[in-house]
Amino acid sequence: MSLTEEDVRRLAAELREAELRAAPIRPISDRHPDADIADAYRIQLEVTRLRVAEGDAVRGHKVGLTARVMQQQFGVDQPDFGHLFGSMFHPEGTPLPVDALIAPRVEPELAFVLDRPLQGPGVTVADVLAATAFVLPALEIIDSRITDWRIGIVDTVADNASSARVVLGGTRTPIAGLDPRLMGVVLRRNGEIVETGAGGAVLGNPAQAVAWLATTIAGSGGSLRAGDLIMPGTCTRAVDMQPGDTVRADFEHLGHVGVAFSAGRERAA
Amino acid sequence: MSDVRTWAGRLDDAATRCTPVAPLTGDGLADTATAYRVQSALVDLRLGRGERLVGGKLGLTSRAKQLAMGVDTPLYGLVTSGMVRRSGTRLSLKEMIHPRVEPEIAFVLGEPLEGPGVTVADVLAATRYVCPALDVIDSRYEGFRFTHLDAVADNASSAAFALGDDLVAPTGDLALAGCVLEVDGRVVESAAGAAVMGHPAAAVAFMADRLVEVGRRLEAGWVVLSGGLTAPVPLTPGSTVTATLSGLGSVTLGADH
Repeated sequence: MSLTEEDVRRLAAELREAELRAAPIRPISDRHPDADIADAYRIQLEVTRLRVAEGDAVRGHKVGLTARVMQQQFGVDQPDFGHLFGSMFHPEGTPLPVDALIAPRVEPELAFVLDRPLQGPGVTVADVLAATAFVLPALEIIDSRITDWRIGIVDTVADNASSARVVLGGTRTPIAGLDPRLMGVVLRRNGEIVETGAGGAVLGNPAQAVAWLATTIAGSGGSLRAGDLIMPGTCTRAVDMQPGDTVRADFEHLGHVGVAFSAGRERAA
Repeated sequence: MSDVRTWAGRLDDAATRCTPVAPLTGDGLADTATAYRVQSALVDLRLGRGERLVGGKLGLTSRAKQLAMGVDTPLYGLVTSGMVRRSGTRLSLKEMIHPRVEPEIAFVLGEPLEGPGVTVADVLAATRYVCPALDVIDSRYEGFRFTHLDAVADNASSAAFALGDDLVAPTGDLALAGCVLEVDGRVVESAAGAAVMGHPAAAVAFMADRLVEVGRRLEAGWVVLSGGLTAPVPLTPGSTVTATLSGLGSVTLGADH
């Protein structure tokens, strides 16, 4: 760790401001090349404290960098995580205002909803499946408060794992009898298939990502609570979204979830 | 016509000697009909050595691959008995040029399919079983570089394939069937059935429709490899590749020097 408490507070305030104004900031890793992942999580926790002070509530977590190619690209050998706040959940069937976002991308995920707490360390896939009330088809809209997505691991972790919005589908399916590894996902943008994938793209099994999360946050005294929603990581590559685009993900056995992006600001002719 | 036989012989030699050749489009191959005649002559050379026609295969079925090749249509090839491997066997890389493998959904037909106008529903109705397949492609062209026409002439780069041992009737939605490709136990690619033309049966329908142009049909008992669900993965010495498909089971191939 190399950042002072003052650095952490200043960078957290900058990131929060960047998100509220949809105005990105320079990479933290450019300005603080010595900052490490522990520093980045300190910044993320400070942003979390700011949001809770604003009246928001932590409703769960997301896991990121769950694909091996992404880990290689970021020079890490494990995933990262962020916090999901109540204000991030966007209702299906309502266009998502793009003006509030900077450079959004969409990822289809299998959301886990817990009905029992998960306390690390040593949480297994079996523990996760036993603690899962149901799964939902979900879309994560990721965004970066760093200019042009010029992110390294420190930037994305500090920026709450580049999370922005979550859209949940309406069908709850018990996990019993499902194999999350082989569950297929088809992602369409404006009706055209743009990506397909399967649950196994997420650390071999999305439940493994939840187990990793529970085990990892135990290291700092955290745990997953009954009722928490976990976004375990994407089944496909992230897809860029433009104003006016619609996106839909169909999940084997689970149904579908979709969202439209509003057309954006009116422009003078 | 002499060009057709010459080109087919050149590609056949390239395969048997494991020595790649320059694309035929650099030597005058210029239209699709001729490219399929080269393919037919190439397959005839295999049949003349005692092989049997066992089915068909599709290539360039994903939009990403079509865009990369600058075309908007898939292509088909014919598969013969000499290409069949059992799941779990190991391939000798000495017998190939630069093989790659891709996971697919294979259709085993219970009834013939004759175009034109074959639909996804027709394909599913005529299908007795579906199963996971690993399709080993090994372009006979230098550096795996070729155009759409070259690939047609080269029989869709076909080299070998293995089918899973579980045969199931096509009951689930194959468009949503998940596929995980593992190399040496690590997941390297994933996909769903819709990666092939929105539904893998649409690729089989495409082949049935195109075969009409050469007076052929897909025959009962044939296996049709419907096209790669993921990007192809190079087969390297000592590696083992496994494809698992939701509801369909697994298929494995190894590779050695």
